[in-house]
Amino acid sequence: MSVGSRLAKALNNGSFAVTGELGPPKGAGIDQLKHHAEVMRNHVEAYNITDNQTAIVRTSSIACGAVLVQMGLEPTIQIVVRDRNRIAIQSDVLGAVALGIKNILCLAGDHQKFGNEPQSKGVYDIDSIQLLKMLKDLRDERVFAGGDKLEGEVDYFLGAVENPFADPFEYRVDRLEKKIKAGAGFIQTQCIFDLERFKKWMELVRERGLHKKVKIMGGVTPIKSMGAAKYMKNNVSGITIPDSLIDRLRGAENKKAEGLNIAVETIQQLKEIEGVAGVHIMAIAWEEVVPEIVERAGLYPRPQL
Amino acid sequence: MIIAKRKPLDQIMEMLAPYNQICVLGCGACVTVCMAGGQKEAEELAALIRIHRKKENRNGRVESFTVERQCEYEYIDQVLERLKGFDIILTLACGVGPQTLVEHAADLLVLPGVNTTSMGYPKEQGVWVERCLGCGDCILHLTQGICPITRCAKSILNGPCGGSAEGKCELGQDIECAWHLIHDRLSALGCLDNLSEIQPLKNWSVSHHGGPRTTVREDVRVERGE
Ligand code: SF4
Repeated sequence: MSVGSRLAKALNNGSFAVTGELGPPKGAGIDQLKHHAEVMRNHVEAYNITDNQTAIVRTSSIACGAVLVQMGLEPTIQIVVRDRNRIAIQSDVLGAVALGIKNILCLAGDHQKFGNEPQSKGVYDIDSIQLLKMLKDLRDERVFAGGDKLEGEVDYFLGAVENPFADPFEYRVDRLEKKIKAGAGFIQTQCIFDLERFKKWMELVRERGLHKKVKIMGGVTPIKSMGAAKYMKNNVSGITIPDSLIDRLRGAENKKAEGLNIAVETIQQLKEIEGVAGVHIMAIAWEEVVPEIVERAGLYPRPQL
Repeated sequence: MIIAKRKPLDQIMEMLAPYNQICVLGCGACVTVCMAGGQKEAEELAALIRIHRKKENRNGRVESFTVERQCEYEYIDQVLERLKGFDIILTLACGVGPQTLVEHAADLLVLPGVNTTSMGYPKEQGVWVERCLGCGDCILHLTQGICPITRCAKSILNGPCGGSAEGKCELGQDIECAWHLIHDRLSALGCLDNLSEIQPLKNWSVSHHGGPRTTVREDVRVERGE
């Protein structure tokens, strides 16, 4: 565990941790990102900063993370293996540490085909599990991937994602175990809309005792409109939204209010599931509702760390 | 085999515009089998070029013939003199063909008539699938014959990624998730354990990323001129 990370502390002291998510803009003006960070200041332990999410060019996640550090907030920078090889990633991680960043989330990343540079060359030098292992070895063994020695020390809290809604279903737990072995200290899951499937997955996780080896944070996204629900269902890889949920939203007069209700209820249920150590709220383009969700879910005030 | 596809006719006509003595050169190897650049395709393309040029009132000569393998000097030698009588050779071989021609006879001028797409096989009539990237360090023993370097869009070694759904890759319904296939195959063979170990970082230096590769077999080499 990383000594400096607030997120690690929150997860390890048994409180149900809360993290938010910020998407850097398609430009260098980050006032809005800073504003959104301020909005959640008292409601989350840390903020994921996405790394060119859905393969769309955006301001660097490490740069935005450094700005958050200056604001006295704690970023979790995401690193995808799509755009950088092992040389660039290790170099960027050292830079991130130098800038005061303490949490790193390792992902594969959406294929470049989905973004705004579909003609680009995908790097994929390493995969997300190898990324974890490489960064664990850099921290714990102080060696680079190529075997060279690191000068001095680095410290960070390593996380990974897992998608209980992807296939093959049974293998998703094996894969979680592999990520723990590779160095994941915390796991954030894909957005949970299908609670039944999530519960089934958690059962398998508990059978193997994996919830004791890693801190699992359930991913929650408030749905803003029917359009957003349909978009996610059909266009975002790795997300499943059950028809019953779509129907519930369709039947509701005020979609936004119902979207929030669903998010709050999901968190309340997650709190009851053994082995779930926190929630990761992804309210991209709807950041201002995070405080309300956290409060209504009974997670406010946040513990003093 | 190597799979190729003929370039769009517009592009071919445009490339040929400055020339009058045109040879459409087929290859008897892979491109014959994948119906992109064998004798038949070379003749057809030559006929199309003639029609096009007639419409444009261009004089000149368009001929077609085929070399058994454009990627070997000894076969090129059989037609070399004939090739020298043209001012351009539109080759329908894979990308290796035109390069072998000019390395062997620097005064030949070549144009590519096909786009070389992949190494693979015909899955059904008219459908060729990619199966090998030539990464230089085969791992098919780990996956029992399914290559994730080639068939997974992210070349993942510890798959599948979070985008895999119902056996399909996140790239689309027409692409199978290689790691789903690997999982199912190993599971059926009772060796799912193969996947529990973390596969280490791949050595890409033996692939094209290490620079163009020369394969040497000392035991079969002959000194030139001997
Ligand atoms: S869905 Fe499967 S094939 Fe596609 S990128 Fe992910 S692991 Fe590779």
